[in-house]
Amino acid sequence: MGLLSDPNRRKALTGLLTRLNTPICIVCYLAGIVWFMGLAFEPFTLRTYMSENAMGSTMVEERFSSGERALSLAKEFDAHKRKAGGMPVEWLVKAMQSRGLEVFTQSFSRKLPFPDENKERYMVRGTNVYGILRAPRAPRTEALVITAPCSPGNTNNQAVALLLALAQYFRNQIYWAKDIIFLVNEHDLIGTQAWLEGYHHTNITEYISGSLRGRAGSIQAALSLELSSDVITSLDLVLEGLNGQLPNLDLANLFYAFCQKLGVLCTIQGKLQRNDWDTAEGYTHAAQTMMLMVLKQACGRSWGDHGLFLRYHIEAASVRGINSFRHYKTDATTIGRLLEGMVRKLNNLLERLHQSYFFYLLPSLSRFVSIGYYMPAFGLLAVILLLRALDLWVHLGAPALAAVDGVTEAEQPSSPGVLTVLTPVVISHLTGVALYLLPVHLQEMAVEHFPVSETEAVVLTAIAIYTAGLALPHNTQRLLSGEGTEQGWKVLKLTALLYLAVLLGCTALINFSLGFILAVTLVPITASITPALYAVVMVLLSPAFTILYCVFIYQELIEAPVSVSEGWMLFLSVISQGILDHALYGSLVYPLLALFIYPCWLMFWNILFWN
Amino acid sequence: KTVCDLNLSSVLMNSNLVHRADSFFLATKMAAPLTLLLIVAVTIRAVLFRSSWAELISERVEVVSPLNAWKRVVEGLALLDLGVSPYSGDVFHETPFMIYLFHFVVDYAEIVFMVSPDLVFCLSRFLTSLKQKYALESDRYPADCLELLRSPKEMFYIPLKVAMFYLLNPFTILSCVAKSTCGLNNAIIALFILCTLKGSALLSGILLALATYQSIYPLTLFAPALLFFLQRLYIPVNLRRSSFWFFTLQYAFIYVGSLVVITGLSFFLLGSWDFIPSVYGFIFSVPDLTPNIGLFWYFFAEMFEHFRLFFICVFQINVFFYTIPLSIKLKEHPVFLIFMQIAIISIFKSYPTVGDVALYMAFLPAWSHLYRFLRNIFLVSCVLLACSALFPVLWHLWIYAGSANSNFYYAITLLFNFGQILLVSDYFYAYLRREHHLTHGLYLKKKDGTEATLVLK
Repeated sequence: MGLLSDPNRRKALTGLLTRLNTPICIVCYLAGIVWFMGLAFEPFTLRTYMSENAMGSTMVEERFSSGERALSLAKEFDAHKRKAGGMPVEWLVKAMQSRGLEVFTQSFSRKLPFPDENKERYMVRGTNVYGILRAPRAPRTEALVITAPCSPGNTNNQAVALLLALAQYFRNQIYWAKDIIFLVNEHDLIGTQAWLEGYHHTNITEYISGSLRGRAGSIQAALSLELSSDVITSLDLVLEGLNGQLPNLDLANLFYAFCQKLGVLCTIQGKLQRNDWDTAEGYTHAAQTMMLMVLKQACGRSWGDHGLFLRYHIEAASVRGINSFRHYKTDATTIGRLLEGMVRKLNNLLERLHQSYFFYLLPSLSRFVSIGYYMPAFGLLAVILLLRALDLWVHLGAPALAAVDGVTEAEQPSSPGVLTVLTPVVISHLTGVALYLLPVHLQEMAVEHFPVSETEAVVLTAIAIYTAGLALPHNTQRLLSGEGTEQGWKVLKLTALLYLAVLLGCTALINFSLGFILAVTLVPITASITPALYAVVMVLLSPAFTILYCVFIYQELIEAPVSVSEGWMLFLSVISQGILDHALYGSLVYPLLALFIYPCWLMFWNILFWN
Repeated sequence: KTVCDLNLSSVLMNSNLVHRADSFFLATKMAAPLTLLLIVAVTIRAVLFRSSWAELISERVEVVSPLNAWKRVVEGLALLDLGVSPYSGDVFHETPFMIYLFHFVVDYAEIVFMVSPDLVFCLSRFLTSLKQKYALESDRYPADCLELLRSPKEMFYIPLKVAMFYLLNPFTILSCVAKSTCGLNNAIIALFILCTLKGSALLSGILLALATYQSIYPLTLFAPALLFFLQRLYIPVNLRRSSFWFFTLQYAFIYVGSLVVITGLSFFLLGSWDFIPSVYGFIFSVPDLTPNIGLFWYFFAEMFEHFRLFFICVFQINVFFYTIPLSIKLKEHPVFLIFMQIAIISIFKSYPTVGDVALYMAFLPAWSHLYRFLRNIFLVSCVLLACSALFPVLWHLWIYAGSANSNFYYAITLLFNFGQILLVSDYFYAYLRREHHLTHGLYLKKKDGTEATLVLK
């Protein structure tokens, strides 16, 4: 405590920090970026390893052999799907019953807040079919789930067929200690959400769904299977779930271990693993893989059916079969064996997966970066905000106390200083609330008056409010105190800096990628803002432009670069998807951006027009 | 003009007259803002009570503890109505007075909770009268210290600021919306302070007994209250003087007497001594390890069973131990001692909630004259703000997402308590330093003429 109580040393330290503030901030920013990029460099990462004893040491022999039968089943399923014009519920019920499962159905319906143009749906009505294989060896208190979405068109028939074939095979085995639920869900994520809400007796997203008549125990783990062709060349593992949540790393380890054992090519983010980490290409490849993961995690949506399970404390991952016309081919039997092996290992679990990491980034399937390694990158960026705040505090001297209290107690009309800060804060947040509420609620009015569809109306309203927020009367302080003083904007900046630091810190804890991306774009501009700064720079580094950049970078990384106009269309669809994800599944990215990040940014915008 | 007149009078006239003029001034000039403040505070609470957040807030571990959760009060009431002892089972831990109070007003519970914090701010109005003496004694201090003394004008706003700090503090609002009975305990302590400052030894003793009966820890406020009365009656703290012993015994008798009467009454109300282990045993032995913002739960969840008794003694002694050195150091300043004691109680008690934190934070405006001597206020504000935001985030990660664990949450608990301790020790230091300057002059010189700095070691 010497540093905190000895006035001479304190003075020396604060003197150093204020004198060298700008250089320290620049060094911190660069160090943060370099640290983050260094995470993909293989010597700085750790090799993945199986932490869970119950899955590590036990031997499993895979005997599943009816891959061919599964493929013929897929054709039969396809025929019935065409005939029913959707999910062939009766056929599926019969097929599952004939394989000795307890079969139940659940019907659900959901009216979307506005039409989803990507998937062309508005009023969604569907049925989930699921069969439960009761565990013969243990009390039925725990369960595993294998799910295959029944998508429209020609896709995913093989996955449903393989599910049925596996069910038939599993039924004849005696070693199951957990119930196994085979779920075929309609309308992908909406179906999964309805089923999960029904299973757990919750209703958080206004679904109208029938209650479930059959249940198994508490679900320990779930695997989602997506296959679209008879022969596939590689399997892709998808981990990113709702709000950037990830399953326990052991699940990824398990998948990787079985791919190695059965000799199946496996990828993550659609990228194969390379062994030449010491070359430039090798590093770039790893960095691209990691960047893709960061971008996908940051957008906070569920990238497969597994993503919704994570919220219910169920470890889940999606396995996606990819046919990229390589020479190396894997047949359905091998994939069946892979799943059999994974499910058998999960069956051995004595408790929920908890041994391994929950916070990680994967530069490749066999390498990972844990929270202890990537958090410093964010910490270096966040500390800039605190340093700037300290600098301002020292410069402001005494009057700044009122502002700090103003954050916690938003209604303190005790001095005019507080009022000048309070007004922009309140106005910014009201704009944020408008951005959050109005797009969905005003769509009908917008459609009446303008020649646009509902979806366009929602997105364009959002953009309009966002832009209108910039044009609001931001010089309220002149009305209040006559003249915008230098003290005034410094107090406002101090408040906004601390607010942003807390906000980004909380975001990064829940969803590191989102926090980091926001910090990369927001920190330099917010740290350096003065009334003399150019407005263009500020706009170019605003949250909306951050999303736009992310869209382009993402397209670049998945090797499908787009032109500016296509990028713009993608940007619009990303916004509509974000709003839909919030309404349908409870994704928090849209409210976070609208209610907190954007108002916080507006507070800085306010400083720009102080004089 | 009124301010000017009063300024003059405070120097010229005697203390009694100033006090009267002061009260008159308060009554006329403060009524409007205070009413406005009350309306705002009540509106916020009423809106939150009706919103869907009320349920969410009342489940938060930061806001309610096993001792004061409304859910448990309801359970206790149900048991009482069924003719079962409310203390059977391990849910209800309120005192018998509390349950009988709610037995009669359960339908008006919301109103009770809204009104109780308002009681607290009554105390604020009378803090000023005490401070008046600095202004009167100004001629005794060196000339350059005059800027350290508060002008009467500043002091008029203290009651308003104290009320605002308590009523609009988010911690208080949360605690009130959650219907935590913590608000009632705070009201009792506030009334006790009020009676003490008004100089009524009898009421003060009775209310202190009531506060002690509610949650034991206010026991340590006995020392500052006694010191205050001794100072007020011009009795020197001298162990060889019979007048000192006479008054001490008198006050102790009031206190112990009313404690015995209250406990006896509880026994007759309930017909059994069940409440002793269930309330006080529960507070002392900490059997409920639900996470909260305190320091106990994590330690005792990790502890080997055979060390438990020892460490419980070590942890509990923290609350009581600091009374002795602080009473010796601050025997001239009992009101500041009360503040220190309340802060220490809220940091080291076994089931702290944010409502307890709010109580001592309400005192901070009363010490606004110490502001220039505070050293770490920026750091402390940042820490407390960040922790308040991180509590729900880490709770979410631990309990709902399942990806973090208890260590994350406890880390924030530790940081929060670190911030509180830093805050309290900073105010303590600032107070001592101000006293030093008052006697030695503001601009200290070393013997060789250079500017000296004060170091706390």
